[in-house]
Amino acid sequence: MRTRTLVLSLLAGVAVLAFFPALAEKFYVQLVTKIMILSIFALSLDLLVGYSGLVSLGHAAYFGVAAYTLALAAPASDPANFWLTLPLSLAASAFTALVIGALVVRTSGVYFIMVTLAFAQMVYYFFHDTRVAGGSDGMYIDTRPSIGIAAVDLADDLHFYYMVLALLAGVFVLLALILRSPFGRALQGIKVNEQRMRALGFATRRYKLAAFVLAGTLAGLAGYLAAAKEGYVNPELMAWHQSGVVLMMLILGGMGTLLGAVIGTFSYVLLQEWFSTLTKHWLLLMGGFIIVTVLLFPQGLAGLPRTLAARSRSGLREKNGDA
Amino acid sequence: MAMLEPILATANLTRRFGGLTAVDGVALELADHSIHAIIGPNGAGKSTLVNLLSGELKASAGTVRLRGEDITNWTPDRIARHGVARTFQHSNLFPSFSAFENCRLAAQSRDSGLTHCMTRCLSPAESYREWSDAADRALAIVGLAARGGLSAGALSHGERRALEIAMSLATSPSILLLDEPLAGMGAEESARIVGLLKQLSAGHAILLIEHDMDAVFALADCLTVMVNGAVLATGDPQAIRANPDVQRAYLGADSTLLPV
Amino acid sequence: MEWLIQILNSVQYGLLLFLVASGLTLIFGIMGVINLAHGSFYMIGAYLAFSLTQWTGNLWTALPLGIILAAVLGLVLERLLIERLYHRDHLHQVLLTFGLILVFEELRSIIVGDDVHSVVIPAILGGSLPLTENLSYPVYRLFISAVCLALAAAMYLTIQKTRLGMMIRAGASNPEMAQSLGINIRWIHALVFAAGVALAAFAGMIAAPVSSVFPGMGNQVLIVCFVVVVIGGIGSLKGALVASLLIGFADTFGKVLVPELAGVAVYLLMAIVLLFRPAGLFGRG
Repeated sequence: MRTRTLVLSLLAGVAVLAFFPALAEKFYVQLVTKIMILSIFALSLDLLVGYSGLVSLGHAAYFGVAAYTLALAAPASDPANFWLTLPLSLAASAFTALVIGALVVRTSGVYFIMVTLAFAQMVYYFFHDTRVAGGSDGMYIDTRPSIGIAAVDLADDLHFYYMVLALLAGVFVLLALILRSPFGRALQGIKVNEQRMRALGFATRRYKLAAFVLAGTLAGLAGYLAAAKEGYVNPELMAWHQSGVVLMMLILGGMGTLLGAVIGTFSYVLLQEWFSTLTKHWLLLMGGFIIVTVLLFPQGLAGLPRTLAARSRSGLREKNGDA
Repeated sequence: MAMLEPILATANLTRRFGGLTAVDGVALELADHSIHAIIGPNGAGKSTLVNLLSGELKASAGTVRLRGEDITNWTPDRIARHGVARTFQHSNLFPSFSAFENCRLAAQSRDSGLTHCMTRCLSPAESYREWSDAADRALAIVGLAARGGLSAGALSHGERRALEIAMSLATSPSILLLDEPLAGMGAEESARIVGLLKQLSAGHAILLIEHDMDAVFALADCLTVMVNGAVLATGDPQAIRANPDVQRAYLGADSTLLPV
Repeated sequence: MEWLIQILNSVQYGLLLFLVASGLTLIFGIMGVINLAHGSFYMIGAYLAFSLTQWTGNLWTALPLGIILAAVLGLVLERLLIERLYHRDHLHQVLLTFGLILVFEELRSIIVGDDVHSVVIPAILGGSLPLTENLSYPVYRLFISAVCLALAAAMYLTIQKTRLGMMIRAGASNPEMAQSLGINIRWIHALVFAAGVALAAFAGMIAAPVSSVFPGMGNQVLIVCFVVVVIGGIGSLKGALVASLLIGFADTFGKVLVPELAGVAVYLLMAIVLLFRPAGLFGRG
């Protein structure tokens, strides 16, 4: 995407989201906060899947580890210190991603998909089966973290909303910069033709590990925010269903485009809200919707113009009798 | 002239695939500032040999030495970082990237240490002029200067072969392993590449696999004939041409292959 | 002597796992499709065992009915959806089959509900075989192991010794060539997929009396199958068998020796294998 388009869409998006609370009721502010947090999660996975070609089916593990770190580090009744607990949670996610990443980047293709899933399950079972953090019941966080500035109270949903918005914009910009940097170009080269990258002299395994850790850390940021927002963590945060859901968000919005990750997250959550009003078995509708999307619109919403253009071109060719 | 240490040398290099011995005890020496050509019928093991030298394949037996150092078990990227560039028999590019980006990425590999890379993660890749300039130069040398903006997938077959060579040049190598670079090229493009290789041999060591006999005899300082994975004969091109074993090996298939 | 019981349990679990994992690894090895919904077939089998046993009165009549239904389901799925995934990248296969899991889970929820059920062991197989003075082992579990072994042998014979098996192997290594030699690749693929589904469902059916029938069973077995395929190597039945037995032992003895970390034992095993053989024990590079 051209830089100017990217900057314009970023500014437009931030503007819309910044004015949104003035027009909406509390429920919707909370909903959009949740969507923005999940957008950070989706953006982090896009770095891996959309740009580096690493299909990780266990990304929720790093989301969950950060969430649990906050829950474990937060004092019993006082607000946690934001400036202490956030770096701690990010470090926990990064470390988990480093350990798991070091093992999984030795594999590729289908193996990679399967092992990322399996290791994430291991993390899930660790939190689910042991009493380290409340087992399947999970843990509560009584108050939101405190940022230490008198004017800002994260317990206020509105303040929290703007903090999340700022972080989302920051992550978006950070990823945009990284992707056009030499490191980002190398990752994209690895996605297109890893063998050639190695033949050129790139130590691709190290690049993949770096991307894995970076993505895991950003997922941790999202997990921390989710835990802070809800005040509750449980193992389902890192169930592989979650990892599947964030992949669905990416394909809905369009993989390999930063904007697509955000659009996809908004679309998924809004779809989910709508489907839930139709039936309690809304997952059935969602499953069917994903199947149709994969078959007919694999480029997602961001790629819709391209998909439609290609369809009409081939349609025209058929009409004109070309093969 | 003093006998110089070969820049790349193999001893008893062997590669087996189950019951098939694709490369059989090959001893090869590549001298610097020269072109060493390898010829032989299809299936002789030439491409496998290049894959062994570049690290794509692990040797079943034998050694490969680069400037005297044993590189037999090195990974392909490590070998590439030590100045060895290779082209592939079937063009192995980044089809969705522009021809320019293909070369720019190749040039970037010279400076691809991860820690170094991550400390420069905020400036756009294009702002590193050394790489962009190297890419422009490489494209110009092979005659693709005007086609840099096109995606590699949109280039013609001959242009893609030329891009293969440009990419390897963009890495500023000291050794070039070229696997049938002229395959599928038109006469004019071939002539240009032959001229280019002649120029490059002054400053590089080139290992050239080719079927184009005119090009081979115009370029080679040293010639090796491979049949069934083993070296049949090696040495001065004219002597090889006159070698009865070699003539028999080729006469079996096609007597016009070896110009008299 | 108590170890004998754990050993028998390990073998039984491993063989059952092999039945399910074999379908997964074959489908990937032959058609190149990674199918996340494979665990759902196991779950469907178990729920079929429950429903059909209720309907017909015993497991014996339910089994063949269930197998047929599962095979038909497999055929229909393959023709309608799976066939379109053969040349798509893994990401799309993952997403589409993930959507399938959601669909299957919800359909099951709508049709049969979310309750946990048990299935009665048929009377003939209900007893216990005495091993020593004090210990005996359930006949039904021995039956499971025996059936799985028989099926494993049948699979091996079919693939290695019959014309059909030859066609399958040809289709796996070079589909275009096989097609031009007159082998109907489309039907081979449909057959292999249907067989994979039927195997998984059958495993679910015979496992139902010992493991009970519950909603999460499909996802649970899927993850372990993935570990089997990673350890054994994709496309290798021999690898799947070895890996399944390894996991059977690791899991069973893990639970006995270190209950808290039992769930993790299997993944540790996978991590160790990955360190030394990233393509699995018998994987093709």
